[in-house]
Amino acid sequence: MDLLTVFQILDSTIRLATPLLLACLAGLFSERAGVFDIGLEGKMLIAAFFSAAIAYTTGNVWLGLLAGVAASMVFALIHAIASITFRGDQLISGVAINFLAAGLTVLIAQDWFAQGGRTPSLSGDGRFEPITFPGADELRSGFRQARADDLEPSGLSALYWDVISGHTILVYVAILAVPLTWWILFRTRFGLRLRAVGENPGAVDTAGISVVRLRYAAVLICGLLTGLAGAYLATGFNAGFTKDMTAGRGFIALAALIFAKWRPFYALGACLLFGLLQAVEGRFQSIGLFGFEIPSQFMQALPYILTVVILAGFVGKAIPPRAGGAPYVKER
Amino acid sequence: MTEPAIELRGISKAFGPVQANRDIDLKVMPGTIHGIIGENGAGKSTLMSILYGFYKADRGTILIKGRETAIPDSQAAIAAGIGMVFQHFKLVQNFTVLENVVLGAEEGAMLRPSLAKARRLLRELADEYELEVDPDETVENLSVGHQQRVEILKALYRQADILILDEPTGVLTPAEADHLFRILRGLRDEGKTIILITHKLREIMDVTDTVSVMRRGEMLDTVGTADTSPEDLAERMVGRKVLLRVDKRPASPGAPVLEVEGLRVVDADGVERLRGIDLQVRAGEILGVAGVAGNGQSALLEVLGGISKATGTVRVNGEGIDLSGTRSDGRTRRARGIAHVPEDRHRLGLILDFAAWENTAFGYHDKAPYSSGAMMDHKAMREDTAAKMERFDVRPPDPNLPAKSFSGGNQQKIVLAREIERNPDLLLIGQPTRGVDIGAIEFIHQRIVELRDAGKAILLVSVELDEIMSLSDRIAVMFDGRIMGERLPAETSEGELGLLMAGMDGAAEGAPAPKAGDPPGTGADPLAEGAA
Repeated sequence: MDLLTVFQILDSTIRLATPLLLACLAGLFSERAGVFDIGLEGKMLIAAFFSAAIAYTTGNVWLGLLAGVAASMVFALIHAIASITFRGDQLISGVAINFLAAGLTVLIAQDWFAQGGRTPSLSGDGRFEPITFPGADELRSGFRQARADDLEPSGLSALYWDVISGHTILVYVAILAVPLTWWILFRTRFGLRLRAVGENPGAVDTAGISVVRLRYAAVLICGLLTGLAGAYLATGFNAGFTKDMTAGRGFIALAALIFAKWRPFYALGACLLFGLLQAVEGRFQSIGLFGFEIPSQFMQALPYILTVVILAGFVGKAIPPRAGGAPYVKER
Repeated sequence: MTEPAIELRGISKAFGPVQANRDIDLKVMPGTIHGIIGENGAGKSTLMSILYGFYKADRGTILIKGRETAIPDSQAAIAAGIGMVFQHFKLVQNFTVLENVVLGAEEGAMLRPSLAKARRLLRELADEYELEVDPDETVENLSVGHQQRVEILKALYRQADILILDEPTGVLTPAEADHLFRILRGLRDEGKTIILITHKLREIMDVTDTVSVMRRGEMLDTVGTADTSPEDLAERMVGRKVLLRVDKRPASPGAPVLEVEGLRVVDADGVERLRGIDLQVRAGEILGVAGVAGNGQSALLEVLGGISKATGTVRVNGEGIDLSGTRSDGRTRRARGIAHVPEDRHRLGLILDFAAWENTAFGYHDKAPYSSGAMMDHKAMREDTAAKMERFDVRPPDPNLPAKSFSGGNQQKIVLAREIERNPDLLLIGQPTRGVDIGAIEFIHQRIVELRDAGKAILLVSVELDEIMSLSDRIAVMFDGRIMGERLPAETSEGELGLLMAGMDGAAEGAPAPKAGDPPGTGADPLAEGAA
């Protein structure tokens, strides 16, 4: 495996990790505030659909992004009303959101576009274009030229023009969201209160702060981030919406969140790992190992198998936020 | 005349049909420690939660330093200078002390300046009031006493000059409680006003200047602490004369019922919980097992009750019982005439979501009159439970209520009724009055003594030394899985038992040492501490 292949895998790792990372950080905000959210998947899906649909009809990907985020935040609001205001079961509300999104997206897509539950392919301004960093193109053509000239270039420059440069804006947003999340959580008043409300809402309440308002804020931030994740899937990673295109990413993001022990930088690591698994699977449909041909189905299942293995064996003691999953009821 | 720090006028609060507070008037003078005493459910905590803005009163007004003040939420209470230390601490366990203190009282959107300011202030407060806590330690690593200090620091950081403490000593060791009282006196001497909610008479007598008595949602009296006595307060609290001492005749023990020799228990972690216990309980006597919690008393009860396995010899009425086989369980123990009132009634004594009538049948549900063949007779169970509730004065006497809706004392009476009414030869009873009201304590103690007088053997385990001293005919002290010694209550002292409980054997010689710091006149009421 030459350096170039490694960089190509890393490049797709980043692209595959992006939706996971955005969803994982979304879950982090929500769960750190004590609201469990298995509806990440559904919110990503609804955002993916609306971003693609609006981007297609208006021809403007930014309007699409806005629509996707809005849709996701509406779903987040439903989750918040059910589980915070009405103190419903957070798991049931999350499951409902997943079902609702799965059905609604296909239904509306069929009604609007009549293409079997998908949106037409996006092109031009309907998609997020890769951003090319300064000098990247020159380096790339320099590399190609050198290879054409049989100079056997090392390919190290591909780290810049392949791995770092050439992603859509949402990829960079996702990566910048990691330090931003950390800073919000651990350096601001809002972050302190958010973490406190997920651990002991009673402490927050008796300190004279509204538990309900804090949790709403956290769940809406979660909706914003899942909106970005869904929009990225449909308008950056792919060119349009297809049925169930999130393909369990919301759940893998949840797994990554546990693996990351609800910490932002660990979340980056966990999502890159899961992204890498998916990238390897995409790159090597089948691998010969010790004379055996490993079937491609196994490679496809590998990320999911490893998710289970990692969660079962390598997490160590992951302590979720103590008040997670439980609606807050005032008591002495 | 100085303005009261707090004045409540006509405060009423109902939860559904329950009137928790009825037309409460109260004046608390500044610079005093004001006790509020009453049984569980008397409405003390509700009243204070209203004052702290946690609940909203249905009617009535609150005056803070003479000015009428609306307290719709905790924010308003904090702004009015009120701080509250709840019975169950409101701390974020995995935050540092500093973060907990700052939470909700931050200076701005950024944390750093707030934390720096809090660190400075904490150091000053620590020097001033003996409130030392490491500001960077995570709260979950602190002892309960230190966590409580953090709660007090939180209030002081918010510049509270009125501090409410709800049952502050329930979770503290005696030494920690003494330290707390020193802190409270220091705060009072600085001009702060302190409200202490408790149902322990001894604390009221020790530390307060004024005391108000509540009963069934009403404020009865406010009196100077110096002008009253524990007996007087107990009578006001309960509404009738209460015996603070257990009234019992000398025991007339008969043949040994329980004989234990060389009992050993190794728990799942490989730790030896019991290291060779020898003891005997005879018919018609109460053997009290004293000791600091965690020295093997629980293991002893659980082995004898058939919950865990052990090696050694145990005979009941002269016949050995199986300690380690598959037949070693609660059911076979009951068949041999052993009844067990477990230490933790929530964990082992009751199923809280089940109705009282189901709970009174547990363990005996397959016996007449509850069952014939495979079928249970629910009607008989309900009727029998209603009769038991009547005899044991369980309130409310409704067999259909789930166990969790009864107060601690009434839950304990349900367990006690189940076990005692089966007429056992041997009663194992652990912490009989933990979390139980003073009136119910008296009742439970009387029942235990009656059972003894009926010629039954009783093994009593309690961490309350007063309870051990007043109920037992003989006292065995446990330390580190061993019996350190046996004493007769009349020939020992709390001081001597305390030394034995600490594992020191030198107390056998010479006159019993008086307990240090035991104030005369208040130290001997056995019930005051019984309700921890």
